[in-house]
Amino acid sequence: MAKVIIKLGNDISTDDIYPGRHMATVLPSETPQFAFSDRTDFNAFLRSKEFAPGSIIVGGENFGCGSSREQACSALKGYNVAVVAKSISRIFLQNSINLGLKVVLCPGLEANEGDDLDLGADQVTNRSTGQSFEQVRLPAARQGIMDAGGLIPYTRTLLVAGRQP
Amino acid sequence: MSQGMTVVEKILARAAGLPSVAAGEVVEPLVDLAMSHENAALVINQFQEIFEGTGLAAKVWDPSRIAIIFDHRVPAESPKTATNQKKIREFVAANGINKFHDIRGDVGGICHQILPEYGYVRPGFVVVGTDSHTTSHGALGAFSFGVGATEMASAWSLGRAVNIEVPATIKVVVSGRFPPMVGPKDLILHLIGLLTAQGANFKVLEFHGETIRTMSTSGRIAICNMSVEAGATSGIVPGDEETRRYLCEEAGIAEDIPCTLPDPDAAYVRTVEIDVSALAPQIACPHLVDNVKSITEVLGTPVQQIVIGSCTNGRLDDLAAAADILRGRKVAAGTRMLVFPASGRIFAQALDKGYLHDFMKAGAVVMNSGCGPCLGVHEGALGDNETALSTTNRNFKGRMGNPKSEVYLCSPVVAAASAITGVITDPRHA
Ligand code: SF4
Repeated sequence: MAKVIIKLGNDISTDDIYPGRHMATVLPSETPQFAFSDRTDFNAFLRSKEFAPGSIIVGGENFGCGSSREQACSALKGYNVAVVAKSISRIFLQNSINLGLKVVLCPGLEANEGDDLDLGADQVTNRSTGQSFEQVRLPAARQGIMDAGGLIPYTRTLLVAGRQP
Repeated sequence: MSQGMTVVEKILARAAGLPSVAAGEVVEPLVDLAMSHENAALVINQFQEIFEGTGLAAKVWDPSRIAIIFDHRVPAESPKTATNQKKIREFVAANGINKFHDIRGDVGGICHQILPEYGYVRPGFVVVGTDSHTTSHGALGAFSFGVGATEMASAWSLGRAVNIEVPATIKVVVSGRFPPMVGPKDLILHLIGLLTAQGANFKVLEFHGETIRTMSTSGRIAICNMSVEAGATSGIVPGDEETRRYLCEEAGIAEDIPCTLPDPDAAYVRTVEIDVSALAPQIACPHLVDNVKSITEVLGTPVQQIVIGSCTNGRLDDLAAAADILRGRKVAAGTRMLVFPASGRIFAQALDKGYLHDFMKAGAVVMNSGCGPCLGVHEGALGDNETALSTTNRNFKGRMGNPKSEVYLCSPVVAAASAITGVITDPRHA
């Protein structure tokens, strides 16, 4: 079970998650300080680290739209949070899988800040309201990257196995 | 016979070595071109991590298929950026990457302009770029899409993109002649408004119809560029005579260029038909690109900054159209106008043709080619409660460097007409 630490609206862009002016900062060890930096209160909350690992950011439709900047994923991953959204923009979803940021697609989700959610394999259960919502599962072929712990170890394995074309 | 394929399905089947592919499959296509800009700094970091502990030398799979273009923060705005750029130069030299465009007035420019200009992209290519507007190169009949830095590092290692879901395709059929002062930018803004910001998420927009057939490659780049604003993995115009003309005349490619076309029985998830013959100039209002209105609904909105440029609308025809309106007139007091041509080559052409002179005499500031104010990190930031009218492609909150400002998006002629008055102005009556 994990707590919802913020509920966001639709079309949360990567300019919102990781503003462009911090783009020269690239290392995953340094990006988290700038997560949602234009939302001063939430940024301060994140930096306080006063929340349990696995806590949840709830997004609406089209979460992570906009730029391909991977810092938007690494910044959130640095806080060990999960993203549960109604829909997620393609590049953000792909980057999350590649970096091992936990993301869950849940089109019917109803949850508010402070609610406790259970992220099951097929369902998201809101313990605070007693409602359950179905997840959209990712294609099985993508599971390989997640099982490997992200695209870096996945690629390393292919490389060592000599799968270079 | 199996189901026919769309252009992108054909390209992916070829690149993945499969007889056919269908939407939803995850494939590992060979990459024909891999493009990065300053974010190559992060790609290099991830690339080196992949090789850690393998005992293998960290060398890219094929340096001739990698392009690196400095554009986002040129010349560097900070020591941090300058140091990233320095690190990338060293990597480029060590790996023998020659499709490298440094900060230069002659061969420099925005990545999405450099790739077509130098003939790096061909019809049927699989192009990945660490930039969401990599969709631009669909204008040349390639399947071209944005990826993150780690995906790119993986492609540099393997020569493949290994986390690609075959997208379903939406067919967009465009007919009619554009009325005066209306063009490709208005078409794509209108389409994004119609589809919404996520209407094409995980899908490709395949463009057809007489309006597309008679459209220049420059216009096609503008519409493919902004396809991502409807969430599309890519936009694509199947290669045709105009593609061949462009690659021959502008990019100097002498050889015959084969084009990949869709099968007549290809499966589309949806067909959208648009007639542009009565289209008005379109404006995307704050703070979402799909918040599109006809110009008549926002006439008179005061603007403090006008921006003409970017990978969307910083080409010679865009500058020519804006200069035609501004020639002999003045930018309104209280409004500042920034012009940044998309590449060094375009800068020189606009100089020769006198457009830059027209802009400067009107009071505009002409800047070096590059991304400039587009992404709000380099120059041209907005003050609190200020409004910009820009020919760029995004108006998310904070995009031009200040979350307390607003950005409207428009075509070059709307931007030019509005610069003279200081308020959003209809170029049809300017
Ligand atoms: S001009 Fe703007 S949209 Fe185009 S590549 Fe540069 S930052 Fe991105």
